Amino acid sequence: MSHAYTPGLKVLENTSVEKERRLPLKGEVLVDKGTDVTPDQIVARTHLPGNVKMVNVANLLNVDAQDVPEFMLIDIGKNVSEGDLLAETKGLFGLFKSEVKSPVDGILESVSHITGQVVIREAPIPVEVDAYINGNVSEVMDKEGVIITSNAVFIQGIFGMGGENRGDLSVLVANREDELNEDMITTDNKGSIIVGGSHISLNAYKKAISMGVSAVVVGGYNYHDLKDILGYTLGVAITGSEDIGTSLIITEGYGKIPMGARSFDILKRHNGRFTSVNGATQIRAGVIRPEIVIPFNDVDGLDSALKKNETGITEGSLVRVIRAPYFGHIGTVASLPRELQKMESETMVRVAEVKINDLNFVIPRANLERVETV
Amino acid sequence: MELKSILATDCGSTTTKAILIEFVDGEYRLRCRGEAPTTVEAPFEDVTRGVLNAVMEVEELSSRKLLDGEKIITPHNNNEGVDIYVSTSSAGGGLQMMVAGVVKSMSGESAERAALGAGSIVMDVLASNDGRKPHEKITRIRQLRPDMILLSGGVDGGTTKHVIELAEILKAANPQPRLGSDYKLPVIYAGNNKASDEITKTLGEQTDLTIVENIRPVLERENLNPSRDIIHDLFMEHVMQQAPGYNKLMSWTDAPIMPTPGAVGSLIEMIAAEENISVVGVDIGGATTDIFSVFQNQFNRTVSANLGMSYSICNVLAEASLKNVLRWVPFDIDEKELTNRIGNKMIRPTTVPQSMEELKIEQAIAREALRLSFIQHKAFAVNLKGVQKERTISDAFEQSDSGLSLVDMMELDLLVGSGGVLSHAPRREQAARMLIDSFLPEGITQLAVDSIFMMPQLGVLANIDQKNLAESARKAALEVFNKDCLIRLGTCIAPIGKSNPGDMILSVSLDMADGSDQQIELHQGELLSIPAEYEPIMAKLMPGKGMDVGAGKNEEINTTLYGGVVGLVFDGRGRPFNLPSENDKRIDSLNVWSNAINEYPDGDEK
Repeated sequence: MSHAYTPGLKVLENTSVEKERRLPLKGEVLVDKGTDVTPDQIVARTHLPGNVKMVNVANLLNVDAQDVPEFMLIDIGKNVSEGDLLAETKGLFGLFKSEVKSPVDGILESVSHITGQVVIREAPIPVEVDAYINGNVSEVMDKEGVIITSNAVFIQGIFGMGGENRGDLSVLVANREDELNEDMITTDNKGSIIVGGSHISLNAYKKAISMGVSAVVVGGYNYHDLKDILGYTLGVAITGSEDIGTSLIITEGYGKIPMGARSFDILKRHNGRFTSVNGATQIRAGVIRPEIVIPFNDVDGLDSALKKNETGITEGSLVRVIRAPYFGHIGTVASLPRELQKMESETMVRVAEVKINDLNFVIPRANLERVETV
Repeated sequence: MELKSILATDCGSTTTKAILIEFVDGEYRLRCRGEAPTTVEAPFEDVTRGVLNAVMEVEELSSRKLLDGEKIITPHNNNEGVDIYVSTSSAGGGLQMMVAGVVKSMSGESAERAALGAGSIVMDVLASNDGRKPHEKITRIRQLRPDMILLSGGVDGGTTKHVIELAEILKAANPQPRLGSDYKLPVIYAGNNKASDEITKTLGEQTDLTIVENIRPVLERENLNPSRDIIHDLFMEHVMQQAPGYNKLMSWTDAPIMPTPGAVGSLIEMIAAEENISVVGVDIGGATTDIFSVFQNQFNRTVSANLGMSYSICNVLAEASLKNVLRWVPFDIDEKELTNRIGNKMIRPTTVPQSMEELKIEQAIAREALRLSFIQHKAFAVNLKGVQKERTISDAFEQSDSGLSLVDMMELDLLVGSGGVLSHAPRREQAARMLIDSFLPEGITQLAVDSIFMMPQLGVLANIDQKNLAESARKAALEVFNKDCLIRLGTCIAPIGKSNPGDMILSVSLDMADGSDQQIELHQGELLSIPAEYEPIMAKLMPGKGMDVGAGKNEEINTTLYGGVVGLVFDGRGRPFNLPSENDKRIDSLNVWSNAINEYPDGDEK
């Protein structure tokens, strides 16, 4: 049987989700293997080196850089407080002394006899990593973090922004074709993850932000409107660190596109459940797609068989068209002809015959993605 | 060793391309080509999966067994397997660097040129005189988390204070690499040699410090290559290694994997050297666009990070502006609809245009990506030959203009296009138009494209070092390059000078290869083409009043022109040319020019 390898987004109703929770620098892991954890629970912590202040003591004392060490009053490695004397010249008969005071609290890190610079490092900055989802600690990476495993619904979006968020799932539309309008979003949605159908407008999204909604999950959003939220034109799809409060996850693409039926049905079935989402997206080597995770409460008996072989597209595969002119349609692969075929654009490509609503369409294989359904 | 069969792949950021070369009837020829999406994305996350998929396509098309399970069969045995397998790769994503120099317009700019020349994205240029306070620089370094830092500054034997101060700032920032928490950030020091010991004391423990020759040993001389080479080595060691499956790929190949731009560049140099001509080559990819040029026998390369046709397609839109992209679209389209379509290409980078409208939009964006990349190339092209370049003291104080004099469009002999949007354009006329519209060649310029985007694979083949393979591999690369890779599109003849709409700006007499004569009159604003094979055509070119077609204003030229699959293209639109500002007229002009060159099927019947 012919086949084609085409990456697809995961839409899985019952799978084993593994989330790596890693510190940016080595530190301390706070939970043991086998522990049940909740999303807000801190699982690892470390300290980033504090900010530094550089003080040009040579200039301030008006002495040669090489003489700075002899005028220093504080030793390297000692604590200093803001306003403490760092260095002082002897002056003339004890008069006309020049002095330099510490601009911050911190530790004296270095004194350069070449440049006359003194470096003071402020207190370390604590960094904590939480569990993000309900689950069980399946692995501890020594001093680096943990892997949390959970049986869950796992749905990947195509693009998102804003980082991790969580809340109760609230499906606000009846059909996957419906737009998520401004008037559907109320104060009741504060802290929840709201789900729309085909589209959310800029104004509706702004309202969601102002209402304190945790996240919006919807089929499409206008590329043009990203700028209003981000403050810049998005050139490459690398997001996740923006401070927008309400994460956005689009499941299909830019524009008005009904959410995939399977995604929408699953979300509807789990309406009201506690959900974790992450809008972070990186479309480059080592791609990261945004995600929706709805953990089940039973963390026992994790299904270890759910790491499946990825087989790509074969005849009979359920696929989604991901480019105009059939963008967003779902169909079944009828055949994968071997020969290159000419498209309307005159491009010669390998194609798939796809049955959509009982009609056959010839579509470049590159414009299809597999809908994972197990 | 006489090679009989060669498999070569190029793992691009979007697509992995495989070619099979066979020695048949005394010559090396391309047998077939296969491609598959590059598989650094989930669920595969293994670059070799894409390689295997592309090779499987070659297997199917050639009916030659190449794989034994998930292993490439080497050496060949009867009609199975190949003698050698080689590969290029750009699948690791970009190299993101920060550079630092004492004086921003001197060592800072030299460091930037070295980093760009090595194929990196320069995230920021730190300099002692950049106006930022030390703590601002420290914050910036921490925020950016570069893959690598190049530190330069000071002439050899000169004052060390400023460059050490920069090192102290780096040390205080204690930058962490973007990828991986366990390895130390690579820092290259290429500054005043007198400061090397102190730099080692300052940064040696905290970073993975490499010291190379000064990038600016004396004020009037640059020495970029040692820095470029070490950037390249560290890139292979640290950054490419992050591409999933890359280690496995390295174990499969019979020669070191070359970065794609390096392989293409070596081929461009080869063409220029063989024919003793000035060449500009472009490789437009999914994430970046590389431009190579050889003028006055001097080779230069720039990499425009984030100007590409998939991952960074929205950045083309951001940098060029929607207005500039839209000006090339020959139909009315809602702006929101257009930006959504471009956005969707960015988030689904491996898709291809199925409809004619989609194709025209992609080619409109490509024109802007190429135009912007060429602007960057002209600004950064350096006067280097091999290792070093001499500047006079007075030039040294005018760094920002350096290199510009090298790129002379009137001097340019050959413009070669490569990369998916050019090589895979359904009609070669489309590739010719994209090259002409973006590069604006002046005078007489031959145009060519890489037939099916295989310059990277041939480049790596031509650069194999192993003695037992080198000769045969280079012969194979050159033969396939000339017979199957380089498609001669034809020649663009573009007079320049001041003229008014409708003025006759060029009169041409042609003695065609078949013995027939042709007379052509070119008017301002026109684009004309005539079919002509890649054969010598004796031509007499008489520019109109005040016009120059290569020999100077009003000077007649008697020369030999060559056609190609497109033919001779006479471009009377001027340099630079402006599209009509009224929408209807703009669309009319685009369609008239398209029809003149048979660019799209809607003009076929005309």
